[in-house]
Amino acid sequence: MRKRSFALILYFLFILLPIYWMVNMGLKTNEEILGSFTLFPHAPTIANFRTIFTDPDWYTGYLNSIAYVSMNTVFSVLVALPAAYAFSRYSFLGDKHMFFWLLTNLMSPPAVFLLPFFQLYSSIGLFDTYLAVALAHMLFNVPLAVWILEGFMSGVPREIDETAYIDGYSFPRFFLRIFLPLIRSGVGVTAFFCFMFSWVELLLARTLTSVDAKPIAATMTRTVSAAGMDWGVLAAAGVVTIIPGALVIWFVRNYIAKGFALGRV
Amino acid sequence: MQKTVNNKAWLLVIPVFICVAFSALIPLMTVVNYSVQDILGPDQRVFVGTEWFLQVLQDDDLHAALIRQIEFSAIVLLIEIPLGIALALTLPTGGWRASLCLVLLALPLLIPWNVVGTIWQIFGRGDIGLAGYLVNALGLNYNYTASPIDAWITVVVMDIWHWTPLVVLLCFAGLRAIPDAYYQAARIDGASPWAVFRYIQLPKLRGVLLIAILLRFMGSFMIYTEPFVLTGGGPGNSTTFLSQYLTTLAVGQFDVGPAAAFSIIYFLIILLLSFIFYTVIQNLGKGPAS
Repeated sequence: MRKRSFALILYFLFILLPIYWMVNMGLKTNEEILGSFTLFPHAPTIANFRTIFTDPDWYTGYLNSIAYVSMNTVFSVLVALPAAYAFSRYSFLGDKHMFFWLLTNLMSPPAVFLLPFFQLYSSIGLFDTYLAVALAHMLFNVPLAVWILEGFMSGVPREIDETAYIDGYSFPRFFLRIFLPLIRSGVGVTAFFCFMFSWVELLLARTLTSVDAKPIAATMTRTVSAAGMDWGVLAAAGVVTIIPGALVIWFVRNYIAKGFALGRV
Repeated sequence: MQKTVNNKAWLLVIPVFICVAFSALIPLMTVVNYSVQDILGPDQRVFVGTEWFLQVLQDDDLHAALIRQIEFSAIVLLIEIPLGIALALTLPTGGWRASLCLVLLALPLLIPWNVVGTIWQIFGRGDIGLAGYLVNALGLNYNYTASPIDAWITVVVMDIWHWTPLVVLLCFAGLRAIPDAYYQAARIDGASPWAVFRYIQLPKLRGVLLIAILLRFMGSFMIYTEPFVLTGGGPGNSTTFLSQYLTTLAVGQFDVGPAAAFSIIYFLIILLLSFIFYTVIQNLGKGPAS
């Protein structure tokens, strides 16, 4: 047993050390980073973080990311809900093919779509808007949302639907008043996954934006190449991008494992 | 219970179909278009048939990138899947400790991919990074920007750091779903821990392992952002994987035709390999062992 906890502690050290190192660097001045090798900041400073929250280049990027990620999460869950219900309750013409086709969208490398995406969204005038990135991310988030929600919905006995219809509920009323509350945790988990995958994706987000909707992650890569290596600010920006994810995960911590287990292949 | 046949259910699926088709079918058709045409100017297009396909099939750089890609995916899968199963078996099963472990585990998954690259870029540097500094202090000459082998090791370790938690979470969830009765029966029979693992836990994990293997295979095969930030594909071409080669082709050199032809081949490779994994794992479960 002792050997096991030792291995676990070792693994968690492996997970946390790189993150700690970034936090550590975010709190140092560039002189300390480059000048001497220190395990913790000797003269802690929040100047790097102040740069990020006062320089419009940085904080608008942050707000942009949050804007399109939220839009994407809401849209994905909204369109996925009825579809997941259909897949879990009815069999219809071509349902299995449809389900498989949705999943193949998780397998298409985004690099394949970069150029056509750029042209498509430019031609309909959406280039450099939140909507463009939100729509583009639905490519992989909607199939995922349908997949997870379908798993949760299949866990709800069908007798509940039938009883509700006998009691005279119409479909929309039944769905909103009875069914949704039953799969609340499922919706939470799905939203978490949509948030997560939209938040971490950079390739499409960077291709579809230039100024107005530029995500913070793209700001990071560009600042690095333009102004040399401002390690402190770069590390601080990295730390800031972890915060929303860490907050969201805290809210769904009890459901994460469940969300992973459900869903069919 | 049998599902009701109801073709009106399509009405509920239509929004999803429209959304995904808009972002999937239109770009895909554009790519197919590019792959058979030579675009000389905005209004000048020549149909070239399979010329681009033949060209990319004979491209040596592409073959090298493909082989690197397969090696990378194989290494990553061989390490992450067993490690993930082992860790899931070691995790505490309940209480606040389990919650804490899950939250910490999920952290790397929530970091934007280019930040993952940045973290390891910093962490691995010999002058300012903890890992690089320690390895050099041990007397090993480690520098991921100069040595291809060091660069490879760094990319693989980064991927293990980034994605093993996904496998752990999936397996952990699968393990929780095994009813206690199975373990009680095993205890009565006096089964060894290995037997419990081999005949109870592993067969029950088949479903989640299938998802884990597929997700990890697809993810590692399409990896782009992390190595791009970490090594930029170098030194030389040593860590240029397929996606990155493709992007250089399409954006850097603006060879749209070959890039599109290659994209289609790339997509088909992923589809084919995913299908093989799927079939093999499904059939393994039908064997006498389970």
